[in-house]
Parts: sequence; structure tokens; C-alpha cells
Amino acid sequence: MGNIETSLLNIGYLETLSYQQTPLQRLDPRVKLLTTLVFIIAVVSFGKYEITGLIPFVIYPVALIAVGDLPPAYLARKILLAAPFAFFIGIFNPLLDRTILVHLGPVAISGGWVSFASIMLRFCLTVSAALILIAATGLNAVCLALDKLGAPRAFVMQLLFLYRYIFVLTDEALRLVRARALRSFQGRGLGLKVFSFMIGQLLLRTLARARRIHLAMLSRGFAGRIHLLRPLHLGGRDVLFLLGWSTLFVLLRWYNIPHLLGNLAAELIG
Amino acid sequence: MSHHLVEVKDLQYRYPDGTAALNGISFLLTHGEAAAIIGANGAGKSTLLLHLNGCLMPQTGEVRIGGLPLNKDTLAHVRRTVGMVFQDPDDQLFMPIVYDDVAFGPLNLGLPPAEVDQLVNASLATVGASHLKDRPPYRLSGGEKRAVAIAAVLAMSPDILVMDEPSAALDPKTRRQLIELLHTFKHTRIIATHDLDLVLDLCSRTIILKDGRVAADGPTLEILQNQELLDSCNLEKPLCLQGCPVCGAKSGAIV
Repeated sequence: MGNIETSLLNIGYLETLSYQQTPLQRLDPRVKLLTTLVFIIAVVSFGKYEITGLIPFVIYPVALIAVGDLPPAYLARKILLAAPFAFFIGIFNPLLDRTILVHLGPVAISGGWVSFASIMLRFCLTVSAALILIAATGLNAVCLALDKLGAPRAFVMQLLFLYRYIFVLTDEALRLVRARALRSFQGRGLGLKVFSFMIGQLLLRTLARARRIHLAMLSRGFAGRIHLLRPLHLGGRDVLFLLGWSTLFVLLRWYNIPHLLGNLAAELIG
Repeated sequence: MSHHLVEVKDLQYRYPDGTAALNGISFLLTHGEAAAIIGANGAGKSTLLLHLNGCLMPQTGEVRIGGLPLNKDTLAHVRRTVGMVFQDPDDQLFMPIVYDDVAFGPLNLGLPPAEVDQLVNASLATVGASHLKDRPPYRLSGGEKRAVAIAAVLAMSPDILVMDEPSAALDPKTRRQLIELLHTFKHTRIIATHDLDLVLDLCSRTIILKDGRVAADGPTLEILQNQELLDSCNLEKPLCLQGCPVCGAKSGAIV
């Protein structure tokens, strides 16, 4: 089960990246969160056959990776990890949508393939933006930003607790898996039946832990509201970051830059 | 009336599945006393502790903290007075960052932010964990987690400290540091543990539970030397009261 172990350690790594001190990490988390949202909305709001218009958006992840000193190969691996989801959402498009949209020399490309490519491109852009947000901010700060921006408290707390206990939970699951592996021989004991017992066991342990955590919270005066004590300061650089990128995204959304450049080139040649 | 009094009168508790955990327990702890609750697994130690700050409510009998009976109306006050350190620090440190976790209690008490900040820093300094302030709890070692869990309770300035197995899963050095730390506290302390050497070091009084009853209650030294009593309760003399394995000398003498 080395795989689960290492990939989880890697989530922790994403968090450690946010401890770096670069201009990107120092920005107010709210600003990064909002900019990421604007970016994602701009990207997903394109029509379903759009490809060229999406390409200039690559500048955002690239610029942030450069400024924030983030490891591109590591982020790419994380994107690949989530890629199957987008792949299976898009893969039926080529089968369903067979209208020919583009001719590249002798090869005819159907609308399905174009929209599939568009889905994959959007997926890469949005997921990389989200990963960069976490790597540059840390999930806790993102939650704090959500809270300050008025997201429902219950939702923010769920997210915080999820993040706090995912490591504890996976540790527990790993111990179960290891304990089973140590006493299973020649594939015996590794069947689905035992697996379902283990899942049940894990659920019960989780419930018991949830109860203990709740008691611990009550013991310290919890009365339905969690207070966070951390002031955030919005500086000129933060506002500049937000406005600058948002303006760029809006421009890129409205004007298809590659298209314009192509026309311009055509005119010059013509 | 002292805030530091803990009184338990004929406390009984039966779990919903019918298991009787406590069968009539009574004792009185006074100001600044350090008492150990010891006993075999399943003797009722944890259940008893859960009653002391109202995580469980008495079914029969009574718990009085600082002269007030424990009930729904006094619950908030009791929880402020009794600080509870849980056995597994992972259960207790639920906030994303150490600082937030230590601030959790004081903020719930409605203290002003500046004061909370002061309290948090002071409590972390007391347990020697100031440098861990900005770390996420899951990144801490066992000893660090324990220290922070204690700081989180200290930040609420309780009069009474209740601890469940404070030395469990600590390495010998860390355990020693914990003992020294607990020595410095002036609170009324109640410690449930299997670590009888720790009991000998820290607690002047020992209460042995057996099958949900008090089997013995008295000065620690007396109780921990009573071989017959310890045997009947599934316990053993603390190591430092046993014979030396090298020189083979019979011990039991205490300096």
C-alpha cells in the first residue's frame, strides 16, 4: 500500500509549499481565492467548441508557478491524478457528436473531438488554478478567506475538520490494511468480504472518534460557534493583484486574442 | 466555599447496552490535592472522569464541583472550572493550527481577543511549546501533541485538572518532562493512569477502582506497598518499589 501512503504525504507537501515566503504566498488569501474564482468562471463560461480562446489563459498558472516558486512537475502529476474524471466525462462526446467541424488537410475532425479537447483543456486550467491556490495559500488560510468573505460557517468548518482529520483517518485505514496484509497468505483473507468488514470497522471507529472530539469541544465551552482569531490585512498589492488579473481574464473572455492575432497576420500578409 | 473542591457521592452509571460501569463511587478531593485514579482495564476510570466535567451526567448519585452540584444549569461553569485532558491528543487538538486550538476555549468563554492572545502565548510558554504556535497538530510528535493539549486546557484557567493517561505513548524523557511540568501546577489534579511510578512521583493520594467501586482510597505510599490489595485489583507495585534485578535485593524500603 505504499502508493496510498506516498500520495497522502504529497498532499502534505502541497501544504508545505504555502509556507514559502515569496510575493505570491504573502498575498492576502481572500485576494487569491477571488482571483482563482474569476479565473475558473471565465474559463468554464466559454462555448463548448472553444479551444483557441482558452489558450491565452495558460498565462495565469504559468506566471504564478514562476512567481510562487512552485514545482511544475509535481503539480502536473497531481493534475494527472484527477484527469480520469474529466476524461470519462468527455470521452463520449466523440461518439455522440459526429458532425464534422474542422478539416485539417485530409483529416476531418468531428465536433465531438473538439469539445472533448476543450473539456480536457478547461480541466487542466481549472484544476491547476485550484492546486496553485492551495500551494500558494494553504487550505487553512483558504478556509479563513472563505469565512471572511461570508461563506456559510457550517461549510467552512466542515472543510476545516475534513482537512484536519483526513490524515488521522487515512492513518487508521492504513493500519487496518497493514494488519490484514500481515495475516493474509496466498490471497486468502484479501477478498471483498473482509474488505467490507474493514470499511464498516473504519466507519465505527470514525464515529467513536467523532464522539470523542465532540466531547473535547464541549469540554472547552463549544456552543455551536467556532471563533477564529486572525486578522487579515488588505494592502495595495493585494488589490492590484485581484484587479489586474480579473481585468485580464475578462478581456481574454471577450476578445479571442489568438483569433485577432491570426486576422492581423492575415491582413499583413494579404 | 472553595472552587477547587471535587466531591462525588454514590455515583452510579450504566451504559445504554446494560454494562454497569460505576456502582456507587464516593470521594472528596480538597484544594490543591493531587489524586491518582488507578485500576484494571474496565474498572471504570474513564467513565468516572467523563462525569467530572459533565461529558456524562450522573444517573444516580451526585457530582459536586467547587460546591455546586453538576447539572444542566451549572454545566458551563463546571466545564470552565474543570479542565479535561483527553487520552488521545488527536481527539483534543481539532483545530487546524496549534494557536487556534489553544485559543478555542478562551474564545468560547467570550474573552476579548487581546486577552486571548496573551493567554494562548502564556499557556504555550508554560508547557514549553511556544515554537509550535503556527504548526498544524497532525505534524507534531506525540510529546508535542500532549504538551499542546495541556496548554489548550490551561488557557481556560481551570481550577481543577483532570487527565486521562497523560503519560501514555510518551518516551521516557518526555514522560519525565511531563511529570516535572505537572509538579509545578497548583491546581487540584486528578490523574487516571496505569503508570504507577508516575503516581508515586506526583500524587499524594490514590484511589483504586475495581468493578466500578472504590476498592481503596488513601495515601499513595501506603496503597502502593499493599501487595495483597494490588494483586486483588490486577495491579502491580511500581517498578521503583520492586526489587533490583541486578543486585537482587529485595526492596520495598522507601527513602
